[in-house]
Amino acid sequence: MAQIVDTAPASAQASESVLAHALKDAFITGLVALGLLGPLIGFETVIIDGALGLNYRPLVLAVMVGIIFVGRLILNLTVWSPNRQPKIRTGPTVFDRAGAIIGPVVKPALLAFAICFPAIAVFWSGGLNPSRYLVDLGILILTYVMLGWGLNIVVGLAGLLDLGYVAFYAVGAYTYALLATSQPIHDFFAALVGEDFWSNWAFWFCLPMAGLFSGLWGMILGFPVLRLRGDYLAIVTLAFGEIIRLVLINWVDFTGGGAGIASIPRVTFFGVPFERGEDGFAALFGLSYSPMHRLIFLYFVILGLALLTAFATVRLRRLPVGRAWEALREDEIACRSLGINTTNTKLSAFATGAMFGGFAGCFFAVRAGFVSPESFTFDISAMILAIVVLGGMGSQIGVAVAAAVMMGGMEMLRNLDFLKEFFGDAFDPTLYRMLIFGFAMVAIMVWKPRGLVSTRDPTIFLKEKKSVSGDLVKEGHG
Amino acid sequence: MSASDTLAPDPAAASQPAGSGAVPMLSVRGVKTFYGNIMALKGVDVDVYQGEIVTLIGSNGAGKSTLMMTIFGQPRAREGAVIYEGRDITKVPTHEIAQLRIAQSPEGRRIFPRMTVFENLQMGAAVDGFAHFDDDLRKVFDLFPRLKERINQRGGTLSGGEQQMLAIGRALMSRPRLLMLDEPSLGLAPLIVKLIFDAIRELNRSEGLTVFLVEQNAFHALKLAHRGYVLVNGAVTLSGSGHELLERPEVRAAYLEGGKH
Repeated sequence: MAQIVDTAPASAQASESVLAHALKDAFITGLVALGLLGPLIGFETVIIDGALGLNYRPLVLAVMVGIIFVGRLILNLTVWSPNRQPKIRTGPTVFDRAGAIIGPVVKPALLAFAICFPAIAVFWSGGLNPSRYLVDLGILILTYVMLGWGLNIVVGLAGLLDLGYVAFYAVGAYTYALLATSQPIHDFFAALVGEDFWSNWAFWFCLPMAGLFSGLWGMILGFPVLRLRGDYLAIVTLAFGEIIRLVLINWVDFTGGGAGIASIPRVTFFGVPFERGEDGFAALFGLSYSPMHRLIFLYFVILGLALLTAFATVRLRRLPVGRAWEALREDEIACRSLGINTTNTKLSAFATGAMFGGFAGCFFAVRAGFVSPESFTFDISAMILAIVVLGGMGSQIGVAVAAAVMMGGMEMLRNLDFLKEFFGDAFDPTLYRMLIFGFAMVAIMVWKPRGLVSTRDPTIFLKEKKSVSGDLVKEGHG
Repeated sequence: MSASDTLAPDPAAASQPAGSGAVPMLSVRGVKTFYGNIMALKGVDVDVYQGEIVTLIGSNGAGKSTLMMTIFGQPRAREGAVIYEGRDITKVPTHEIAQLRIAQSPEGRRIFPRMTVFENLQMGAAVDGFAHFDDDLRKVFDLFPRLKERINQRGGTLSGGEQQMLAIGRALMSRPRLLMLDEPSLGLAPLIVKLIFDAIRELNRSEGLTVFLVEQNAFHALKLAHRGYVLVNGAVTLSGSGHELLERPEVRAAYLEGGKH
């Protein structure tokens, strides 16, 4: 009983002690900040009469420490306050509800936008040639969308963390580069069909070959890592990506080493080259020649390849093998005890993911017309993985959006010139690009830790469709 | 026959169910399993005859789950043999053992948390090639109507009891001849335990399903089972009919007194 009577003064006491504690904590933080920032900001080295001297900046230091003190105090009294009632959320969040409403519209709308994009780009930039930048950006984004979808099969569906995905991208690119520039093959077809045959048709012949070779390399990587999981698997795949790059650099006779392979045949409209001459694409269709024709065609090639990846993934998910991949991600031991051959399942996931990486690599080689090991660094793997994770593992649409945001956003951040108005002409906005990018990543990890699209739609329903927010599923279980 | 010979030091071993035939469906012979250098099973002999419910009881760390997993080839027995329907499956890969229509509901249930109940059940039917999917699905839903209500719900969002029902249902989808259950009562409310055990008894009675049940809940398990084995420190110390074991003072002292729930 005494406790109940005591509650009123106790709570008053509690709020007092909260304020006292908050002040004390903020004061300590301020002291730490003073100690740290004192030497860092308080002193400035200046050159006085040719000699190095020290300048003192007490005002700046005081402002900085003040900001930290007040900020900490506010946080202590609001967000970190022990009296704060934590909001308990059950059921879908606002994002999930919004997703459920606009969800069915998103896919067709995005697809329509992707198909119309070259026309929009031409219209927007006021002409075929000025649209080059936008179409190029579109190709870049779609390449990463495709790579993201390809890696999604390995990471998102089968749950095998692959940090060396760029290796398959490289295998695909070098397959095309080496086969298309090979003199014996060229001579063989020159004698058989015609002088220009191989350079005109190389891409279309090599595209499936690139996928095949990459898939094969996926299996070769798959065998040694069959017994590995999680972190260990990640390390081996990371090493695999580096090994492929180092081989490309050092095997000079075969790959041209660090100098790379140049003058790779360009893409053709199914055998019709994009050239100025009479046999060219423009003449055939009665258009006036423009180098943009080739670029727009490339845009549609990568769009087609990306859609093929998405379509294959969606279909595979409904087949037993796709279901087995997902089950493998959830629980390997349960899988095995249900009679699923986990060896084959893992290898097929690696091979399928690698195959799409190979297609994308082949496309990269034909777009750039030049390959070198510099294009296949770990950065690319990390970027693709970031796209998959940010997009939400296993989610097609999330990965596409993440790729557009990451690649498009990085490009947009190049155009931060308007910030000069606020900070003066000496301000170089490009330097802050990565900083802003980093903040965006942190923000997503804080508020959407499972990626932009964190729900997984069941592949099959008996009565009604129900999607459960990823937040409601235990951490570490998908 | 050799089955009783190998268990000779154990007088209760001779008591086999009448009319079960001389050849056991599953026979574990002198199995020794190691984790690194630690011997977890020190030569275990267990027989399961067609149509029986056999239970294996024992305390924590006795090696119950290890025996269960060894039968499935994971880990493999370093010595001894596992014979299933006359075939030595000691060295057969796990997924092929599952294809011999031995189904397992593993310890901790191990359902697929992000997949729906329906998808989980589909995974169970993978071995069977979906040939009898609709029939089997109906049977599972008759046995556990709760699963039908939850059909489109994710496995991870089910309650513990429902997850156990799902694990058993998933195992049944492969039309097993031998069902192996590892601690189906683990962490469940007494009412749900009763429901699950009733379902096991029903399966055995109506369809003649052979069940090998690993349990810590000795009282319920021995009441349910035709025969039982007691595993202590990786070796079988006692065996006999369920009722016999229930009456044994050693069993009562070690597993039942004060823990009758």
